[in-house]
Order: sequence, then structure tokens, then C-alpha cells
Amino acid sequence: MWSFSKISKLIDSWLSVHFSSTWTMVIEMVIAGIAVITLFALLGLVLVLMERRVAAWIQIRLGPNRVGPGGMLQSLADTLKLLVKEGMTPDGADKFLFNLAPFIAMIVAMLLMAPIAFASDFQLWNLNIGVLYVTAISSLMVISILMAGWASNNKYSLMGAMRSGAQIVSYELSAGLSIMSIVVLSGSLNLNEIILSQADGWWIFKGHIPVVIAFIIFIIAVTAETNRAPFDLAEAESELTAGFHTEYSGMKFALFFLAEYINVFIVCAIGATLFLGGWMPLHIGHWQAFNHVMDFIPSSIWFFGKTFFLIFLIMWFRWTFPRLRIDQLLDLEWKYLLPISIFNILLITLMAILGWHF
Amino acid sequence: MFILKYIKEVFSGLQSLAVGLRRTLYYFSHHKEIITQQYPDNRDTLVFPDRFKGEVVMVHDDNNEHACTGCTACELACPNATIKIITKFDITPEGKKKKAIDKFVYHLELCTMCNLCVVACPTDAIKMAQTFEHSVFNRAELTKVLNKPDSKIREGVE
Repeated sequence: MWSFSKISKLIDSWLSVHFSSTWTMVIEMVIAGIAVITLFALLGLVLVLMERRVAAWIQIRLGPNRVGPGGMLQSLADTLKLLVKEGMTPDGADKFLFNLAPFIAMIVAMLLMAPIAFASDFQLWNLNIGVLYVTAISSLMVISILMAGWASNNKYSLMGAMRSGAQIVSYELSAGLSIMSIVVLSGSLNLNEIILSQADGWWIFKGHIPVVIAFIIFIIAVTAETNRAPFDLAEAESELTAGFHTEYSGMKFALFFLAEYINVFIVCAIGATLFLGGWMPLHIGHWQAFNHVMDFIPSSIWFFGKTFFLIFLIMWFRWTFPRLRIDQLLDLEWKYLLPISIFNILLITLMAILGWHF
Repeated sequence: MFILKYIKEVFSGLQSLAVGLRRTLYYFSHHKEIITQQYPDNRDTLVFPDRFKGEVVMVHDDNNEHACTGCTACELACPNATIKIITKFDITPEGKKKKAIDKFVYHLELCTMCNLCVVACPTDAIKMAQTFEHSVFNRAELTKVLNKPDSKIREGVE
């Protein structure tokens, strides 16, 4: 059966026959880069369409239905429109930083792709501190937003960027603590080993209620970290027009837009990896027959299925809840999520020491 | 007890969020019951809500008679000078002079459909129509005279 790991091995063996080892390395890196960029473009198109469709159905509307069969080409048409638009730079802006910011956003999103395991044995970089890498890089997201807000020389932009800074810095704590709970349970920072530790059941099932609480906190915190409603204070259309990307137009705006959706995908992929077993099929303890049946579904389908389920969850939140005020937002983090997650991680540590999980 | 209150708050918060999520999940899973209308496609069978306001019209009956006395209450009520009433004096059979409207000028391009003129009218001479496709190529076409030519006030309306 074809799988991603088999294809990658075939390409690798073909290249190593025809080229020297250095050139094999270089060509493989180029292929990986092109694959990541293609994935970005595809994800942007699919997620924007999915978001609009989910929003429409939740609001009892039809959603995009004019371009292509059932509106399936809507996001492609939008991309084409954005590509031919003029990318303006305002007069008062800090030109260098203004033009740099969207690329920083994209580069951060790209770097986050590296340690994610898309299928069994299919990973760009099997890093032994994958979890640490992800939490470290994802906090760089705020730099691009602050840069965009500052360089725009616009009050709305600056206000949005400052809010976003406060928000991301505070919500990183509870996101980090809930990620740590899985590290405590699995005893590894390597994303691949964390997935392998879930071969006899996903952590959300094996870890009882404390892990479910950690999962809920994780989902809330990453929704805030990716600046999506109900925590979209950085954009807050009704208050700040568009927040940090008010002054952006054309493809530079599209890069921010794309980076937002890529970040949503990445945090959902991390969530799926940590709590729902990544590419690991649904295994229940020692039910050998059941586990074998589940193994027939390819691992990439498991990974993308779980990730898209989490993405749907985040979209569902977006179209259900009203936006929080900034004081309510910080209240929620510092008075509720943080104490609960600190208590929770103590509980999980106790659980891991005493072996109270399956 | 402080801790109990805190835990109760967390749970009631989660519960209220779950209520909202259940509602939207219901809508999501019943997406066939859409409430929007596919406008250009169903132009012939368009259904308007009762309170939809498209433009101001003057009601005329079969004898080409209206109920406007020319009192200018609507003109005074209008917040942005959409309505201009030009009055004239009719001579009644008894030889008395009586005030009547010559032209009821309505500037659609200024109208915000606020309905204040209809509310202000003491004789219910004007109402809001549900026509809405008002685009024209010449701005002058948006200035309308609402009373039909040769129409006159209905008997008994004071």
C-alpha cells in the first residue's frame, strides 16, 4: 500500500543513486520546502472555504455558492483577486518593518511545520525537543503582529497589536502548562515518541478527567493565541476596523490572513498529536482484533481527520461566542485558566508518579 | 465559602457555553432550513417581511383620489429634508379658498427609510412600499412627485 513514508523513501533512494550525498540533501530540502509551501496554499484555500461554509451553516445561510460547483472555487477566486491588488505602503509607515512583518508571520508558521508528524514515519524533522521547539517558536508569532501594528503608524493598528501582545503572552502560560501535562505523562519532549506512547489508547482516554481538563484549557488557550474569536481583540472589527492589519492590502494582507489559518492548523495539529494521538489509529488497550481493523485506515487520514475535527471545534467556537472585553479576557486567563491548570498539572504529576493512568 | 463559589462559577460558565454550542450545533446540522432568500434567483417569488421599508408612496384609490391635505406634517417630521410639499389654493364651489397640494416632491436619494413621515401623517395618506430595486442611471430620476397627475383630495378628508 502507498503511504507518505514509502513515497519519501522511494524519492530518497532514487536521489541517492543518482546524486552525491550532499546534493541529495540539498534536493530533498528543496522538495520539502516546495511541499510545505504547497501545503500552505492548499490549507489556505480549504480552510477559508471551510470557515465560510461553517459560518454560513451555523447562521442558517447557504454560504459561498456562486463560483464553481457549490461555491468550491470561491477562495481560489478571492486569492486571485488579492494577487492582482496593489500592495500599498502608507506614507507615514516604517517602510522596512511594515513590509517585513507579513513575512515574519509566514516564516514563523513555516518553522512550526517542521516537527509535526503528518503520517507514521513522515516528518520533516524528528526533533528530540519537539514540544519545546513548538512552544518556543509559536511565541514568536506576537513579534510579527507587534511589528505590523507599530510600523503601520496607525492608532488602531498599534492598539490591536498591544492587545494581541498582552493576550498571547498571558495565554501562552496555560497553553504551555497543558502541553506540559502530556509531557509529564509520556515522559518525552519528542513529538514522535509522544505519539508512540499512545499506541494503547490516546492520552485523552488514558489520562482520565485531568487530561480532559488540560485538553479543554489547551483548546481555549490556543484559540486565544491564534487571535480568533471569541478572543479576536487584536482585530476586533467593530472597535479597531481590522486591528494590526488595518493598513495592509493585496498580497501582504493575504499573507497575514493565510498565516492566521496556518497557525490554526498548526495548533490543532499539535493538539491532535498531544491529546488525540496524532497519526496513531484509535487503539483500545489490548483488543487486538479491533486495533488491527483500525490500522487499515492510513495514518495520514487519521492525522488530518483529527486535526480537521479540532479546526471545526475552533470554528464552532468562533461562530457561537461573542467577543470578550480586554479585562474579561485577562480575567479569564489569570483568575481561572492559570490556577486551574497549575492545580491540574500537579494532579497529573501525581497521577504519573503513582501510575494512575492506563 | 470562597472556593465553593469559585468552582460553582466555573461550572455555571461552562454550562452556559455548552448551551450556546448546542444551539449552534443544531443550526449547523440542520443547514437545509436556511432563512436567507436567494435574491436574483427567486425574484418572482420574493417574500418580504411586513416591516420591510422600500420607499415612500402616496396611496391613491380607484377614482385617482388621495388623502393628503397638504398639512406638511411629514415635511416637518423628516430629519433630512427628503420631502418638499408645494401647496396651491383650490376654489371650492362655495367660493372659498382651500389649501391643497400641488406637488408632493420626494427625494429618494436623501431618504433613510426612517418611517417618521408615515408616523406623522394625520390622514394616512402616505405609506412605505416594498419596492427596493431603485438603481437608476440619472440622479434626477430619484426625485419623484408622489401625487399622480390630476389627482385630488378625497371627499371628507380634512
